[in-house]
Amino acid sequence: MVATDKPAYRVVGTRPIRPDGTDKVTGRAAFGADIKLEGMLYGAILRSPHAHARVRRIDTSKAEALPGVFAVATNADFPRVESGSLNIGEGTANPVWLIDNLLAGEKVLYHGHAVAAVAAVDQHVAEDALQLIDVEYEVLPAVVDVREAMLDTAPILHDDLRTAVRAAGVPAAPDRPTNIALHMRLEKGDLEAGFADADVVIEREYETSMFHQGYIEPQNGSAWWDQDDNITIWTSVQGSFNTRDQLAAVLKVDPSRIKVVPMEIGGGFGGKNPIYLEPVAAILSRKSKRPVKMWMSRDAVFLATGPTSATYSRVKIGAKRDGTFTAASAYLAFEAGAYPGSPVGAGAQCAFAPYSIPNQTVDGFDVVVNGPKTAAYRAPGAPAAAYAVEATINELAEMLQMDPMDVRLKNASREGTTNAVGAPWPTIGAEAVMQAVKNHPHYTSELQGEDVGRGVALGFWFNGGMESSGTASVQADGRVSLILGTVDIGGSRASMAMQLAEVLGLTMDDVNPHVVDSDSVGYNATTGGSRVTFQGGWVMHDLGMAIRQQMQARAAAMWDVSPDDVEYHDGYIAGPNEVSGTPRRLSFKEMAAKLPATGGLITVSATSRRNTQGPAFAGHIVDLKVDRETGKVQILRYTAVQDVGTAIHPSYVEGQIQGGAVQGIGMALSEEYVYDDQGHLRNASFLDYRMPVANDLPMIDVQMVEVPNPGHPFGVRGVGEVPIVPPQAAIRNALKDAIGVNFYRTPVSPRVILDELLPKD
Amino acid sequence: MTMTNTFVLHAIINGEEREFLADQRDSLLEALRERAGIRGPKEGCNNGNCGACSVLLDGRLVNSCLVMAAEVEGAEITTVEGIATPEGLDPIQQAFLEEAALQCGICTPGFIVATRALLEENPHPTEEEARFWLAGNLCRCTGYDKIIRAVLKAADQKGS
Repeated sequence: MVATDKPAYRVVGTRPIRPDGTDKVTGRAAFGADIKLEGMLYGAILRSPHAHARVRRIDTSKAEALPGVFAVATNADFPRVESGSLNIGEGTANPVWLIDNLLAGEKVLYHGHAVAAVAAVDQHVAEDALQLIDVEYEVLPAVVDVREAMLDTAPILHDDLRTAVRAAGVPAAPDRPTNIALHMRLEKGDLEAGFADADVVIEREYETSMFHQGYIEPQNGSAWWDQDDNITIWTSVQGSFNTRDQLAAVLKVDPSRIKVVPMEIGGGFGGKNPIYLEPVAAILSRKSKRPVKMWMSRDAVFLATGPTSATYSRVKIGAKRDGTFTAASAYLAFEAGAYPGSPVGAGAQCAFAPYSIPNQTVDGFDVVVNGPKTAAYRAPGAPAAAYAVEATINELAEMLQMDPMDVRLKNASREGTTNAVGAPWPTIGAEAVMQAVKNHPHYTSELQGEDVGRGVALGFWFNGGMESSGTASVQADGRVSLILGTVDIGGSRASMAMQLAEVLGLTMDDVNPHVVDSDSVGYNATTGGSRVTFQGGWVMHDLGMAIRQQMQARAAAMWDVSPDDVEYHDGYIAGPNEVSGTPRRLSFKEMAAKLPATGGLITVSATSRRNTQGPAFAGHIVDLKVDRETGKVQILRYTAVQDVGTAIHPSYVEGQIQGGAVQGIGMALSEEYVYDDQGHLRNASFLDYRMPVANDLPMIDVQMVEVPNPGHPFGVRGVGEVPIVPPQAAIRNALKDAIGVNFYRTPVSPRVILDELLPKD
Repeated sequence: MTMTNTFVLHAIINGEEREFLADQRDSLLEALRERAGIRGPKEGCNNGNCGACSVLLDGRLVNSCLVMAAEVEGAEITTVEGIATPEGLDPIQQAFLEEAALQCGICTPGFIVATRALLEENPHPTEEEARFWLAGNLCRCTGYDKIIRAVLKAADQKGS
């Protein structure tokens, strides 16, 4: 642990069993697809076999006539909406495009694009009905590669799309159709002068594949549009409230008429911010006058829900002989999928974040292609950008004959140095993380054997604030009911209950957390951006302090003393001694028992919009071995070092870091979308989209560095996202060490390795 | 509405004799979840690649999405709901809780059933044996580290 001034917490930093644990190990926890409603129908969706086509005609009459079918829906069943910008959790979307993505309008834009939907008495009848829907397509040429899509000769997806230019000094784009939705630029210093000042300049180019979030629970959504035109939605999404607001926009219904009931969610990683089925289920329910349940097949999840962008990038870095960076530039082209909105902006800000570089320019391009609309995926945009930068830094270190960590330490961002947009960093742990990597027994150990190699890389993520709300009620038995609106995707009931318990001087078990529907608690932004424990912690602080204040006031009234003379400490309320000298002191539980008779039980609510960030850095060390016969890479040892601010529940912090690292290992070595030249996805299954399994991996060692975030009552920084940032480059750098080959594209699958190692004819 | 494809299925599910209507086209997973109301087994892929629907069929570990419901007439089926006893959680479940071996929890029912099958066949697996046995169960949250620790801990406790 780097920080030594951490307060002595009683609950924070311990490892209690999570409140929702028993339900989840006994099968009682109800996930989205577990809902069963009286009279419920089953919905299913017909998807496009083409990557790009005009929809000439849809004839649903035969499907409607099939016994057991209650409703059929197409794009025509949606209201016409205005173009605009709608918050969808971790990003924005145009409601017109949202609707066209839910059920295609004039064109289908990717293989698997939803075209029509049915609701029937059971899943089998619904699937039969889909085969009776007749769609006439006019197939158009497709483009699935970002650089090809940027060419003037490329097939155009949207005739009305023009390039938005957000780059100083770049002329406005010509008024003609394009696939480039955005050209943005971040600039600071004098790039030319910086490069002129360098002793060494290196420039490299890279590509990354599309990767899917790979949550094990497919998207689902069930809806009941009742006779009073109120809509209830049961679903497992990351944000109940942004789901409600998206529904309101695409259905043209007031948000207050929509109640979203968050079911347990089986993973999201950013991919369950956008909505796919809920509005369709709602329309089918309106038409059939029955509740409708829908869930996606796994191939539909791969075909039609948000992967992350495939990318092309170029990175150029100039340095002095001693390793000091003088200038850096990056060109990032990110696929957005069928509609604009890749995370290139975040990627641009993250690319060089670990380093203080005075002269810097990053150009970013958001490009539509004939693929599923990309969605947020764990530190959206950062892994691809960091991969390119961290790989380049390693080659630069080799040119300078320096230790790769020494080069990084030489240029580490520190409090007061400026980030990509020229703003000074607050207290950050970049240097502490780099130092911890360099001193780690893994890094200093000797690596032996044939075809083995070691690599390191850094990563950065912002960790956002956004908005959270909650309500707490003190019960007469001394426990506290805690009402939350942030979906618990991996232990936040525990992290919330622990923070509130810490404020009140109670144990976690004294706090009883519940995640409730969107009508039953104040507004909560999405579970994403590594923000929930951070912003929720502020809410817990505010709730706890309000409860303390009210308990103190009650005690003061009871004792007939001034509230100023009553203190709250470690779960006890204490006042001045009685005249007899007897101390006035009540435990929380004793005071709670007196509440009903002294004015009633206490209920408090709080909303927090602390718009601060908890910037976090990670450094990963990997040892691996290459099998020259099969091209398979075995991870021998993996260490993830990360500045976590303060770990509220260290087991779940470690779990986030291990899980993020392993997703990054999948990106580095085995996961990728494989499209043919017609834009058909060839590997839409878990068998062929190869995510890491248990025997691919060793234990993932975690070293938490704790540099408390000064902008949080417990020093929390987000932890979930940054661990996915370093692995692609760390592994790529280790492969260079192992077999002497620099790879410039991920994943480095066995086939790619064999292409390098096998003798060329 | 036609019900011509339905049949009455008899099976012993988690020790209880059950009979219910199923469809000839139902997989065991569909019949359990949508007909019998047993929703512990989860659908992650419906083609045998993720293990979230793992159940024991006459003591053998299977992906219930790959078994037709019509095949299990008279069989004994154990799902995650049948792992705990009235006295309390199984050591496997307890170890998963203590080791924080779940985040979202969707894969957990499959892992717990698969671990039960592993420990019945091999009460003291090595880390490598546990990793190979569980290679058919996908978890996207944990990176498997804490799951493997939980499995080895459960083996220790069951053995003692």
